[in-house]
Amino acid sequence: MRQQKSIFDNLDWVMVSIYLVMIFLGWINIYAAVYNEEHKSIFDLSENYGKQVIWIGSSIAIAAIILMLDGKFFTISAYPIYGVVMLTLILVLVFGREVAGSKSWFEVGSFRIQPAEFGKFATSLVIAKYLSTLNIKFEDNKTKLITALFIGTPALLILLQNDTGSALVYGAFLFVLYREGLSGNFLMAGVAVVVVFIVTLLFDPKTMMWIVGILALLIFIAGKRSWRNALLIGGTAVVFSGMSYSVGYVVDNVLEKHQKTRINVMLGKEDDPKGVGYNVNQSKIAIGSGGFSGKGFLNGTQTKYKFVPEQSTDFIFCTVGEEWGFMGSAVVIILFMILLVRIVFVAERQKSTFSRIYGYGVASVLFFHFAVNIAMTIGLAPVIGIPLPFFSYGGSSLWAFTLLLFVFIKLDAYRMQLLR
Amino acid sequence: MDLRYSDRKLIIGGVIILTGIIFLIRLFFLQVLDDSYKLSAENNVLRHMTEYPARGLVYDRNGKLLVYNEAYYDLMVIPKQIENLDTLDFCNTLGITVEDFNERMEKIKAYSKFKPSVFEKQLSSEFYAGLQEKMHHYKGFFTQTRTLRKYPSRVAAHLLGYVGEVDDKITKDNQYYKPGDYIGVSGLEKYYEEFLRGQKGDKVMMVDVYNRPKGSFKDGEYDKLPVSGLDLISTIDRDLQAYAERLMQNKIGSVVAIEPGTGEILVLATSPSYDPNLLVGRVRSENYALLAKDVTKPLFNRALMAQYPPGSTFKLVNNLIGQQEKVVFPQSAYPCRNGYHAGPIHVGCHPHPSPLNLMQSVQHSCNAYYCTVFRNILDNKKTVRQNYDIWRKHVMSFGFGKKFNTDLPSELKGLIPTGDYYDKIYGKNRWKSLTVVSLSIGQGELGTTPLQLANLVAILANRGFYYPPHLVKKIGNKKIENEFTTRNYTTIDSSYFQIVIDGMEQVVEAGTAARSKLKGIPYCGKTGTAQNPHGEDHSVFVCFAPKENPKIALAVFVENSGKGGTYAAPIASLLIEKYLTDSLRRPLVEEFILNANLMPKPEDSKLKIKKGTPTD
Repeated sequence: MRQQKSIFDNLDWVMVSIYLVMIFLGWINIYAAVYNEEHKSIFDLSENYGKQVIWIGSSIAIAAIILMLDGKFFTISAYPIYGVVMLTLILVLVFGREVAGSKSWFEVGSFRIQPAEFGKFATSLVIAKYLSTLNIKFEDNKTKLITALFIGTPALLILLQNDTGSALVYGAFLFVLYREGLSGNFLMAGVAVVVVFIVTLLFDPKTMMWIVGILALLIFIAGKRSWRNALLIGGTAVVFSGMSYSVGYVVDNVLEKHQKTRINVMLGKEDDPKGVGYNVNQSKIAIGSGGFSGKGFLNGTQTKYKFVPEQSTDFIFCTVGEEWGFMGSAVVIILFMILLVRIVFVAERQKSTFSRIYGYGVASVLFFHFAVNIAMTIGLAPVIGIPLPFFSYGGSSLWAFTLLLFVFIKLDAYRMQLLR
Repeated sequence: MDLRYSDRKLIIGGVIILTGIIFLIRLFFLQVLDDSYKLSAENNVLRHMTEYPARGLVYDRNGKLLVYNEAYYDLMVIPKQIENLDTLDFCNTLGITVEDFNERMEKIKAYSKFKPSVFEKQLSSEFYAGLQEKMHHYKGFFTQTRTLRKYPSRVAAHLLGYVGEVDDKITKDNQYYKPGDYIGVSGLEKYYEEFLRGQKGDKVMMVDVYNRPKGSFKDGEYDKLPVSGLDLISTIDRDLQAYAERLMQNKIGSVVAIEPGTGEILVLATSPSYDPNLLVGRVRSENYALLAKDVTKPLFNRALMAQYPPGSTFKLVNNLIGQQEKVVFPQSAYPCRNGYHAGPIHVGCHPHPSPLNLMQSVQHSCNAYYCTVFRNILDNKKTVRQNYDIWRKHVMSFGFGKKFNTDLPSELKGLIPTGDYYDKIYGKNRWKSLTVVSLSIGQGELGTTPLQLANLVAILANRGFYYPPHLVKKIGNKKIENEFTTRNYTTIDSSYFQIVIDGMEQVVEAGTAARSKLKGIPYCGKTGTAQNPHGEDHSVFVCFAPKENPKIALAVFVENSGKGGTYAAPIASLLIEKYLTDSLRRPLVEEFILNANLMPKPEDSKLKIKKGTPTD
């Protein structure tokens, strides 16, 4: 095997440059979101944009360290890393500090760290490691069970921290498993459950039953008219109908009140501009008022005057939309599309299964964050508080996403040496 | 390498691209096609803040201040912005209890947590100075400057009126007023409200979601500056008004003085009165209730609203009507046998030479003479009813029995009974001149206000016309020019006035008001006694001075004081002296008047009024 000349050898510059552009754009938008006449300096450490400079600097340092490490390091230490992260997730339940109802932060001085952010990285590593182990076949039920445990454990621990949004991210690993051979039905079923759930909330269960019934009949007529098919379609229809009846029960009895209202607001069943729907409404106003070319840098009125809550973190896209308009929003969306497709492409070119699976993990996590965060700000999904990767303010998330992406970039750069 | 599922990369890539495209479409609709969000955004951040203009001031005719504004401070609160408030310290500073604080905050929060509400109204500047040092401890609270009316000379309470907060009805009917605004409630404040109030300004501010101002919008391009209210120059002579009120102290009654040549009211005093500063700010409602309860009715504006029978002063009117109807002439002499006796009717008279001619009838105020004149008027060529209607028309042309409808606050029109009224009481053609003969000497069913009597002497001074009495000469820099400045002619030819005026001069020189003669100022007057069925008669004195080129016409009413010569005439003479010479040379007369106490039951009328500034 040949020796590397420098850490920049074989680097995938597409991913690296998109990463750099994104953190820069994120930083200036955080500045715009929190901009204050009295603290004009973009390096002011008492403001979020000043702190973000530290996070960006340290992230770049992390990226450099990763690139300097031996490519084997991550395959070897996948289990220990997973173990350590799971341990911190347990510890945070005991020693953590509660912020906005979620007990998911360690506090060190004036900086706070959220271990849940690193769970995604650890989980990606561990399932890549596990599924790439010799003699492990995904078709085995035992393999599926262990994989589910690897994914389910951090999700459960994070759920216990009362951080539903971050726990949901683990659902993204369905994509990875799908790529590795999980039946497409799981993915379809997941999508179907969500669709039925939402449609039932929009209409009532009876209407839903009619819709399901008619659809089943149409599918049966269009398809092969065999007994087997009839049973299958009929069965599915019955299950869906039953489910639609249980939705009301779930919403009323299982979901917590704020989750219920969030769902109702998203569906337009509750109009409450100053209440729960406030975030979404304000966010839409901010983005919508940006127009085609935006109001210009620092000229946004909605985000700056604190109409949009969490403006530098979860709702950072509002600032983009308001100040840079459709042009700016489109640039950000397209950057994400290029980055995600590039990751998938690069993952597919790996000789090593470990690297491929890890690559899909990175793509899935980033995609989930991107999709849910943007959908939430433009009113297509209920408010789920997860950050927009590389844009949102926050040290833990920036570190974690950098770690996630750069380990993959390192693995890719090292692909010639890595076979399994 | 496991290639079995590598096609799935296409599906995963497809999902990514599809999601991106859905987002792009959605954003295109949201940002480019839909305009409604831009509008929402503007409403979101812009707040229109009202800037209150200074209310116009009121000056007297000589430029002396009657009403001005004093700054007060409303303590405002935005509940959402309160942070770490030391409630106890806050309550101690304001001098309220914690329960009171909680109660108020609850009410305010129920209204809005985001909008500013008044926590404490009208803090004085002194209190504000102390409070300001502590304000930085009270996050969420701020002060807002407002103005309240202040009356430096404490006079003319009734005619100036007062300013109060608008009620729901006004805000509903009139777009201009918003809850919490002030409006003139009575007097000149009410009549000239539109001029005095000015125009509210509108400042467009950018605010954040907590309503915190973040600076002016587009450098104030859309701001509307407040326009100050216009000042009023009143016709009142402040010093004369103050002197009249002082002379009237401990008496019930009123003084009205008019400049005959213009109809401008120089004095409009009513007694008992009150300090207009009492009806300002936080103490108003309390004080108002006390004043309203007072048995001497200090809130009642006697100068405009008390309707007395005019008494002998009315003989002047009958004299002129008699001449106009040619039923009496300067040479006409009628005897008086201690009164007028005809059938069952006896109208008494006081001792005086007899017979008297027309001029002397004024000087001696002979009842018998005017009974004869009045009967001559009614028993003239036509029927009694027709003649009565003619007489009534003449009387009404003097401004009796109707309102002047100028800028006076709540005047009453008085009463000159109609022919129908007597028809109703006695039956058609069942009453004769003798039936209503008491009208000849100003008694009976007549009701006249002090203002109308002052106007009567103004007409005499002008020899036949009057300008409607009014209170304001100038609004801002503009002289008023309206019906107030047009002459109203009586139905009496001006040639008939001289003999009455000569008679009135004799009243002062050698008649019923001889004790109120002024050296060097020949003036014309007439005493009267308004019958009072409830007690001592009211004394009346009307006059104008000087005889030639009259400058002032006066009517003075002093209730329960007997004859007009005793109190009313000296008061009038003192006012004439002060107005025309600006000096007083008869200290004894002044002392006599100032010391006279004619209040019915002094112990009842003591005003237990809460004195003082709005903060205590």
